[in-house]
Amino acid sequence: MSVTPAIDTKAAAGSGKRKKGFVELLFEGRAFFALIAIVVVFSLMSPNYFTVSNFLIMASHVAIFGLLAIGMLLVILNGGIDLSVGSTLGLAGVVAGFLMQGVTLPQLGVILYPSVWVVVVLTCLLGAVVGAVNGVLIAYLRVPAFVATLGVLYVARGIALLMTNGLTYNNLGGRPELGNTGFDWLGFNRLAGVPIGVLVLLVFAIICHILLTRTAFGRWLYASGGNERAAELSGVPVKRVKITVYVLSGVCAAVAGLVLSSQLTSAGPTAGTTYELTAIAAVVIGGAALTGGRGTVIGTMLGAFVIGFLSDGLVIIGVSAYWQTVFTGAVIVTAVLLNSIKYGRR
Amino acid sequence: MSALDPGRKDEVVLAARNVAKAYGNIHALKGVNFDIHRGQVTTLFGENGAGKSTLMKILSGVVQPTSGEILLDGDPIVFASSSQARDRGISIIHQELSLAPNMNVRDNIFMGREIMTATGVDFAEEERQTRLLMAELEEDIDPLTPVEDLRLGQQQIVEIARALSVNSRILIMDEPTSALSASEVEVLFKVIRDLTNRGVSIVYISHHLEEALQITNHAVVLRDGAMTAYAERKDIDLEWIVRHMVGDNFDLGAPPAGYEKGDVALSIEGLTVADPGGAGYAVVDGLSLAVRAGEIVCIYGLMGAGRTELLETVAGRLKASAGRVVLKGRDVTGQSISQCIRDGLVLVPEDRQRDGLVQTMTVGRNLSLASLGAFTRGLFTSNTREAGLVGNAIRKVHIKTDGGGAAIGSLSGGNQQKVVIGKMLATDPDVILLDEPSRGIDIGAKAEVFKLLAERAKQGLAVVYTTSEVGECLSIAHRILVMRRGRISAEFGPDVTKEQIMAASGEAVHAH
Repeated sequence: MSVTPAIDTKAAAGSGKRKKGFVELLFEGRAFFALIAIVVVFSLMSPNYFTVSNFLIMASHVAIFGLLAIGMLLVILNGGIDLSVGSTLGLAGVVAGFLMQGVTLPQLGVILYPSVWVVVVLTCLLGAVVGAVNGVLIAYLRVPAFVATLGVLYVARGIALLMTNGLTYNNLGGRPELGNTGFDWLGFNRLAGVPIGVLVLLVFAIICHILLTRTAFGRWLYASGGNERAAELSGVPVKRVKITVYVLSGVCAAVAGLVLSSQLTSAGPTAGTTYELTAIAAVVIGGAALTGGRGTVIGTMLGAFVIGFLSDGLVIIGVSAYWQTVFTGAVIVTAVLLNSIKYGRR
Repeated sequence: MSALDPGRKDEVVLAARNVAKAYGNIHALKGVNFDIHRGQVTTLFGENGAGKSTLMKILSGVVQPTSGEILLDGDPIVFASSSQARDRGISIIHQELSLAPNMNVRDNIFMGREIMTATGVDFAEEERQTRLLMAELEEDIDPLTPVEDLRLGQQQIVEIARALSVNSRILIMDEPTSALSASEVEVLFKVIRDLTNRGVSIVYISHHLEEALQITNHAVVLRDGAMTAYAERKDIDLEWIVRHMVGDNFDLGAPPAGYEKGDVALSIEGLTVADPGGAGYAVVDGLSLAVRAGEIVCIYGLMGAGRTELLETVAGRLKASAGRVVLKGRDVTGQSISQCIRDGLVLVPEDRQRDGLVQTMTVGRNLSLASLGAFTRGLFTSNTREAGLVGNAIRKVHIKTDGGGAAIGSLSGGNQQKVVIGKMLATDPDVILLDEPSRGIDIGAKAEVFKLLAERAKQGLAVVYTTSEVGECLSIAHRILVMRRGRISAEFGPDVTKEQIMAASGEAVHAH
């Protein structure tokens, strides 16, 4: 295979080969071209689609899935899977809501109203703890990732339901006299016209991209996902890497939970149900291999935008929600099909 | 020598005429003529990349030749697929066995072509036929045994039985002995002799030249996609094969001399390792060994002698149950692998596909994996420094590649092995342990690897390598240790003979 590029360049003068090069280009950038196709098709079908305001609204929807997908990408690069992110998102929202209501300390007879940044930090910590539970179960107790995170999915969701008795926290705005206002900033405010949630996604994507491409940790992750034994024998701390990716995935899910409950100004215990599947879909559409070791942040972001822009587009042109599900499924299967063609050729 | 009756007819059953195969502008085969004689063994010799597997793929219908023709019983024939070739009686047994370990012998043999009746699979008939096949091969394997319970050699027999069950007349065996013990090889050879006596033709490919010479009737040598020599067994010897495989200047090297060896770099004291499988005995049994800087030590032993466990324990992968490992005067027993690498003690594992390479990463990224710290400044890796390190490694270890960006899969076996060795040498170690560094690589690459190690030893590197080929002991090693059942059973200087080494290893020479 190593010689193929050289041959292709030489033969590119022939029209037949040029055509093949074009097909390969299409194939390599398939998520990107799919996104363009979606935008073009929906823009032709609805005049409301191709407007700045619509793109910003769709982008803030994508932000939720995108954040989950970034965490999921790290886990999938490691050769694992994290089914608990949807529940972690829900739990994070509920815990944030709980903290915003004020924490009563009966022994001291006071009610603490933590300020918003404290809430954010504590919620992220919670996400990290959930991720650490996953990581320890998988790395040290050798529970298969699928089973461990499936269990945590149920436990986290159950705790969220227990905390609220199935109800939803509605008043997350805080009160000025308590000094805990500003929670809706994450979901509602804009910087230079861009929703904060989208900017959070952008920042996370850039950090994760740098983490993967420019740090030793990124190299460890790709290596241990590609061949854990070889990585271990080369001195990679494979267990630490494994726990770290689940922790990061938990943190991403917690941040997504904060952004979502801020967008809704309410935190329900069932928020984020089945979102883990959307996140996996985004990673797969972005060209990552579920076997580990292959995948990029840029691909995953494209995958998240493909799913988000597709389902929002279907809403805008008035297609029923049931058809949206069918279309999303078709896109996922097509993506996996193309991935298997790509990796199968090696 | 072969047990074949020299007077039997040896008509050509399958022949390649001027067969060439090109992938793009790479010519894998350049007009090869090749005959397979009825009831005889023909062995293909050649280095990795010489075109052996391409030729076998053409003969078994996996790929089609670019030009030239295949004659079956004298008539031109074109195989569109491997199943067409199998229908005409040509089967290939690949190096990696293709059995389902969770299924029993019977179900494996009839996998994909079950004998059906109106009510389902006729298990009784399948079992009867399996018993017949096993009786024919004189192997006492019950058809209902799960394959995973069989020894590797027996699994090989099941694979052969499967090929025979489709009435194969021509059986192509690619490296059939690479995972077998000496006694299992004897069983396999007996089966091969039985098969040839029944008129089955065998094409044999092996890197174990001496072994192949025991069984073959004809020798064909390929080099760079062309046939360089053909002869009958009685006219040739090992020297002849090696000469034609690598050209004239073949030498595995001599112990490097003309320099002072340094202090003791690695000292192993009474090291004991319990069986990782938990069988209760020690795979390494109170073993002691000291290696000085600049010294090359070879550990010879059969499979199961405990070589791999010894090296893996020293390098930090397995835990010792007793004893100490001392590196440059400092106790490093029980340290993690990454600590050992930092301290200058590295291991090149035996199985490069499973333990050595990350297939999803490029050549360059594999080479730099163990020395990430050398080009990380603060939080970030430096691409320029990494490129420098990779370029250096490729040059020093002589890896033939398009560059650091090439895919690992694009390299030949020998070059892949050099990547694994280069990766560890890039960490600038004081002691390097190599577990069977020559496994599955050709003689040319072997000689290069040994030359490289000898050069590094002169610069003060302590080298310990294991091997199961006697010929490789008598090359660059200053000291040759024989390992048997977890202990060192003998120690020799470089002037020892092969027979002495084999006797000390418990290998009864040709006495099976």
